Amino acid sequence: MTDIFKNDLFELAGKVFDSRLIIGTGKYRSFKEMQDAHKASGAEMVTVAVNRVPLDRKVESFLDYLDPNMMILPNTAGCYDSEHAIRTARLAREALETDWIKLEVIGDQTTLLPDNEQTLEAAKVLVDEGFIVLPYFSDDLIMAKKLLAIGCPAVMPLAAPIGSGLGVQNPANLRIMREQLPDAIIIVDAGVGTASDAAICMELGADAILMNTAIAEAENAEQMGHAMKFAVQAGRLAYRAGRMPKRLYASASSPIEGAIK
Amino acid sequence: MNIVVNGEEKEITEELNLEELLNRLELPKERIAIEVNKDVVRKKDWADIKINDADKIEIIHFVGGG
Repeated sequence: MTDIFKNDLFELAGKVFDSRLIIGTGKYRSFKEMQDAHKASGAEMVTVAVNRVPLDRKVESFLDYLDPNMMILPNTAGCYDSEHAIRTARLAREALETDWIKLEVIGDQTTLLPDNEQTLEAAKVLVDEGFIVLPYFSDDLIMAKKLLAIGCPAVMPLAAPIGSGLGVQNPANLRIMREQLPDAIIIVDAGVGTASDAAICMELGADAILMNTAIAEAENAEQMGHAMKFAVQAGRLAYRAGRMPKRLYASASSPIEGAIK
Repeated sequence: MNIVVNGEEKEITEELNLEELLNRLELPKERIAIEVNKDVVRKKDWADIKINDADKIEIIHFVGGG
């Protein structure tokens, strides 16, 4: 980590991270590719999914392929109601001995958009049970307020549908969320497609980004891991630096006075 | 007795606890979790929980995900 980030560490639920990039472990073409991309990204936390153990064949432990220094964040992907999400979170906690959970309650198979109502319901139960709940939800300020009010340490609005790579579809919503919730931890989760999308999220004031497909489906996942690392850093620095105001008309950089005539 | 494990029907002829079930299925015991009839069973209790007829059991591990 370079000096410019020294006083800008990412703190989440009592843990301090150098990296503001959280990445997934799905869709990689090989374990080697995943490991190289993870390393390149500089991420310190990775998401994993809970799944039935196959009974018909021997399987290797997927977790053995993860850097042991990385923090593992289990998710509740594939859950379509609060009951399933709660059960999945409890199983994940038992298996991994972690209270951290990325809460994901999906409302629709085609869009994978979140069911905010079910998400809030599940979040309430899990927070009461001592989980550190990181909820994926629509980029909606009111929902963010509700999730924070019940005790989520951060909110994770989407930028675009999961795996779409569309980039930030509604920058105004993220900007409003940032302005109205200046002290909240906002982690953009889902929808980033390439490095510029990540930079935009950070420039809008996100504290961190969680992404999977943008790196895993890149033609060269390792290189995209590097790109995302730098994009997140650049976007963060630009946000902190404060961008110049946009103007409709030009504003000369060189003095007009004194030019030869 | 008949039970359902991860959505598959299984017939069990003798009394088994959860730990014995894992052995029978040749499954690892690390970094997995077990739910019986929608309730998680703590690892320390696996050997004490007997399987009953019609139990619905879920055994999970972790896979790649976002």
